[in-house]
Amino acid sequence: MSTYSFLIRRVLQALAVVLLVTVVVFCLLHALPGGPARGILGPQATASQIAAFNHEQGLDKPLPVQYLYFLNQLVHGDLGMSYTLNEPVSQLITERLPKTLLLTVLSAVIGLLFAVPLGVWQAVRRNKPADYVITTLSFIAYSTPVYFLGLILVLVFSQVLPWFPAQAPQGNSVADILAQPQGLVLPVVAGAATMVAVFSRYMRSATLENLTEDYVRTARAGGTRPRAILTRHVFRNSLTPVVAMLGYYVPVLFGGALVVEQLFNYPGMGLLFWTAAQSSDYPVLLGCVLVISIATVTGTLLADILQRVIDPRVKAGRS
Amino acid sequence: MSSLASLDGLESKPAPAVSGTRLAVRRFLRNRLAVVGLGVVVFFVLFCFVGPLVYETDQTHTLLQQVNQSPSGAHWLGTDAVGHDELGRLMYGGKVSLIVGLSAGVLATVIGTLWGAAAGYAGGWIDAVMMRVVDAGIAIPALFILLVVSAITTPDLTGLVLILGLISWLVPSRLVRAETLTLKNRDFVLTLRAIGGGHGRAIVRHILPNSVSTVIVAATFQIADAILLVAYVSYLGLGVQPPSTDWGGMLSTGMTAAYSGYWWLIVPPGLAIILVVWAFNAIGDGLRDAFDVRGRA
Repeated sequence: MSTYSFLIRRVLQALAVVLLVTVVVFCLLHALPGGPARGILGPQATASQIAAFNHEQGLDKPLPVQYLYFLNQLVHGDLGMSYTLNEPVSQLITERLPKTLLLTVLSAVIGLLFAVPLGVWQAVRRNKPADYVITTLSFIAYSTPVYFLGLILVLVFSQVLPWFPAQAPQGNSVADILAQPQGLVLPVVAGAATMVAVFSRYMRSATLENLTEDYVRTARAGGTRPRAILTRHVFRNSLTPVVAMLGYYVPVLFGGALVVEQLFNYPGMGLLFWTAAQSSDYPVLLGCVLVISIATVTGTLLADILQRVIDPRVKAGRS
Repeated sequence: MSSLASLDGLESKPAPAVSGTRLAVRRFLRNRLAVVGLGVVVFFVLFCFVGPLVYETDQTHTLLQQVNQSPSGAHWLGTDAVGHDELGRLMYGGKVSLIVGLSAGVLATVIGTLWGAAAGYAGGWIDAVMMRVVDAGIAIPALFILLVVSAITTPDLTGLVLILGLISWLVPSRLVRAETLTLKNRDFVLTLRAIGGGHGRAIVRHILPNSVSTVIVAATFQIADAILLVAYVSYLGLGVQPPSTDWGGMLSTGMTAAYSGYWWLIVPPGLAIILVVWAFNAIGDGLRDAFDVRGRA
């Protein structure tokens, strides 16, 4: 398969996936008992009030019609109005998404900065005590619910030792948030922990795999110093596939952000989603899930392409 | 056979026959972390299911005369906000966590295995459509789906297992599909087809039994992830209803108390979750190496 037809096929597949996601989410939200009207108007609402609300929101039309209507608006960049916040969903998301991206990108970058050296070190010291200790620690980090870790961080580093605030910075823009960096420390650490655990494992196995390659033996036989082999050849060849893995990791990052934002009251999209779920604000829920799934599908697409570009042996792709 | 060997003068002792399974067991037992993991799981199963018979506590009545007591000789891990003994509660809640996690993990693996085998075996556009469905599912993070579901309903235990199973079968389906793709063109399957064997027979009698090691490894990781997911369930508002509870529920209700310094309400359930999830991951890791199959890195 040529690179062009591969690209075209993968992009079409990605579009199909996004379309499927809209169907799934649409169906899921329409499974609400009593519909969103009950959630918005409260348990005291009369049947005629509910009927009026449903008519106003177009909820009394057949589902396929509602879906097509929704899709048509979507294509025009219109995600509808929030039921409770009285603002267009697209505006709410454009206001919150950059802040969530700030949190996830910071967590990912800081996570990688720790994970990569740890993984290389483990590979070099394979099956020695250091390897076992880090392996155990990363399994533990992987096994810890993010909210439990966040709680412990707050108790230790905010209550017992008053080093950092327990609340995330508040503000409307990314600049406002960045102006209070101390408040970002605990949320970012909580978000980065799983990342360190998972990516140090990836880096360890990628490095181990490369260490057994023929080119390493050749370089060694040619008299290249082991350290130079490691930094100049093995490190570079192992790092790229591991960074490509980030693309597949997007949903986990957003899942982490959901919990971290709620726990630290960070004003991002995760918190928006959380409050929307409490108040059955379903245009907001739909909009957020859509944005996240587009981000995930894009991440997967980029990772697939990147893997193919950096490793010509990956021809068939993950299909 | 032996006569042929004696003719050639090759009558040496045959190597002791070691079955693949026994070899795998031996390799597994050499993996220290995996064996420790197995020990941890056995410990917690005994703790939760046999423990309450030895250490009897009242987990149904509110005992106002003994609320929020710190650990002491009478209550080794203290008591919670309604006076329940925390150690007893850890056993009581652990039952729910283990049963729900185990069932959801197994259910997810079963769904994923059937879906993946069917997709891989069918191939062509059926495979393409089935795998796009998997991609779509993976594109929505599990926690977001759980939060939406919590806005809609509060399920009972069976419902909870179903929901967790239905949102986490995606990864095993990819693994089994990949396995099926290589198996379906192997000679024994092609032979079966050539002599008129049906597709169902090919999948059930030949492809699935040959993917068993992949499936077992996937199931172990799936159980680990399910127990972790169960820990999020109460936090997301889908929790087990009182007076019943699980480790995640203990953690969520203990969170506010923890700010008042009642650490014993969150540390034990938190550690229990971490240990059990860690243990299943370590076992999965050991099984993967022992069976020499692909799985999680």
